Amino acid sequence: MKIAVASGKGGTGKTFVATNLFNVLSRRGEAVTLTDCDAEAPDDLLFFRAEKVSETEVTHQVPVINKDACTWCGRCSRWCNYNAIFYVPAAKVIEVIENLCHGCGACTFACNSGAITEKPVLLGKVTKFMTDGGSKVVEARMKVNEMSPVRIIKEAIKESGEDGVVILDAPPGTSCPFIQTVDKADNVLLVTEPTPFGLSDLRQSVETLREMKKTPAVIINRSDIGDGSVAEYLAKENIPLLAEIKYDPAIARVYSEGKLVTDEIPALTSLFEDMADKIIEGYGTGSNQR
Amino acid sequence: MELAVISGKGGTGKSSVTAAFATVGERLVVADCDVDAANLYLIFNPEHNNEQVYIGGHKAVVDHTLCTLCGICEGYCRFDAIKEINGKIVISETSCDGCFFCSRICPMNAITMVRSDKSRMYSGSFRNGIMVYGRLAPGEENSGKLVSMVRDEAKRVATEQGVPVILLDGPPGIGCPVISTVTGVDRMIIVTEPTMSGLEDLKRVFEVARKFTGKVGIIINKCDLNHAMADRIEGWCTAHGASLLGRLPYDSRVTEAMVAGRSVTEMFPDAEISNIIKDIWNNLSTNGK
Ligand code: SF4
Ligand code: SF4
Repeated sequence: MKIAVASGKGGTGKTFVATNLFNVLSRRGEAVTLTDCDAEAPDDLLFFRAEKVSETEVTHQVPVINKDACTWCGRCSRWCNYNAIFYVPAAKVIEVIENLCHGCGACTFACNSGAITEKPVLLGKVTKFMTDGGSKVVEARMKVNEMSPVRIIKEAIKESGEDGVVILDAPPGTSCPFIQTVDKADNVLLVTEPTPFGLSDLRQSVETLREMKKTPAVIINRSDIGDGSVAEYLAKENIPLLAEIKYDPAIARVYSEGKLVTDEIPALTSLFEDMADKIIEGYGTGSNQR
Repeated sequence: MELAVISGKGGTGKSSVTAAFATVGERLVVADCDVDAANLYLIFNPEHNNEQVYIGGHKAVVDHTLCTLCGICEGYCRFDAIKEINGKIVISETSCDGCFFCSRICPMNAITMVRSDKSRMYSGSFRNGIMVYGRLAPGEENSGKLVSMVRDEAKRVATEQGVPVILLDGPPGIGCPVISTVTGVDRMIIVTEPTMSGLEDLKRVFEVARKFTGKVGIIINKCDLNHAMADRIEGWCTAHGASLLGRLPYDSRVTEAMVAGRSVTEMFPDAEISNIIKDIWNNLSTNGK
């Protein structure tokens, strides 16, 4: 079973929920994997002592143009939909702008003169770790100065396998990287906070997921700050509320030190244990009560 | 002068700080470049004077009446978007990158590319100037291009109305939309928080930021969460030549103000956090001139 932990905007506590959920499941001896799909800001590993097991480089194929073989037909640059081939035949200039290239391969096919070959370019890495507790953490990490994390996320999810529970810590937002992550998930948990920003982003996430025919459950973090509009929205839309976590400076402090509340704070441990039970039982019943 | 506020990761309070900056000084143009999760309009409630359609990208669509199941497209698509399922070519909308390759090589011309036109850009006036923002339709790519469109519009209205300062609220992360936000700006402000992950993300975003301008300043938000960690971040800043603009306390009134649709500096002008923000802003906007 794959569970994506997501949030419309960053910083609502999605990493906090994903890491602690993983921690309680791992401690119970469940087969559980944590996959950090937030490839632009991967932080999950900070919370565990873990040893590296393997590393996969994620690359894509970028064209290399041999000017001597080029007949200046311009087909490659017309076929490239990303303006990645800078082509000025009058000045005999043809160059690949690697940063714009998506590695689609269209130009290679388009060239009738055999002037285009390809080379791999590194986009990022997928690294597997084994925690002290014997569970797997898979990290997707985009290289700095790359443009899109999508391929790295896909690879990380593939590497995570299908065994037991796989928790996907999803990237923020509702654009491509988010879609790639939740698309592979059986269940989606949205972590939000009860503020106007939180509500606006939650709405957008819910609408996106519904279009994908997925029904999320929601966790309200820092539930006693802000206002009641998120809870009202959930009730109105009939979206299960899985847990509420109150604001507590102690939580923020434990988190800030790279530690887990499920190791440090008993009250939070039972809250996450409950959450894990509900998830394994498929959310159970009556979870929309307040 | 263009100033961009970015954060490396979400949730550091970047938008709340931006909102405060936008309401302490003279009239300015605010551009929300977090087109994936635009939020600032909730505080500024701009009038929608102007709405423009943004064409994000394309998605491939098969006409099954023409398709002969030759499978050529499936073999060439490098995004694993095309699969034959139960005797039918199916193109996954979520995987398609919109590269046009399949549509160009299909011998039956059975594949067409459909434009995604659900994204929008808005601009209008708010109580302290003009606000421009974009809303990317879910699942769209190319948010970087929408960011550029938002910035162009911001520059246009700034020139038209003679407003000297443009404040950009950037998206989280370090990818394409962030790079589109910071390319060519005069100053960058990174808002971080005193956590381990805050520091890690700061390192990554700083590496991206310094390639674009030497003028990168750091704000450590919510310092009371962990003063020791805030000190550690401050130490990192000194060691790496990143100038620290200030440390902000954690103050629940920031959220209170947000719920009321205002910035903390508007609603609690005498709070410690508001005073520090005012000082930082005054320094930034005078040094930049
Ligand atoms: S591989 Fe695709 S994106 Fe890259 S240069 Fe060729 S046509 Fe353009
Ligand atoms: S347009 Fe490109 S990415 Fe989309 S299905 Fe066709 S070949 Fe694949």
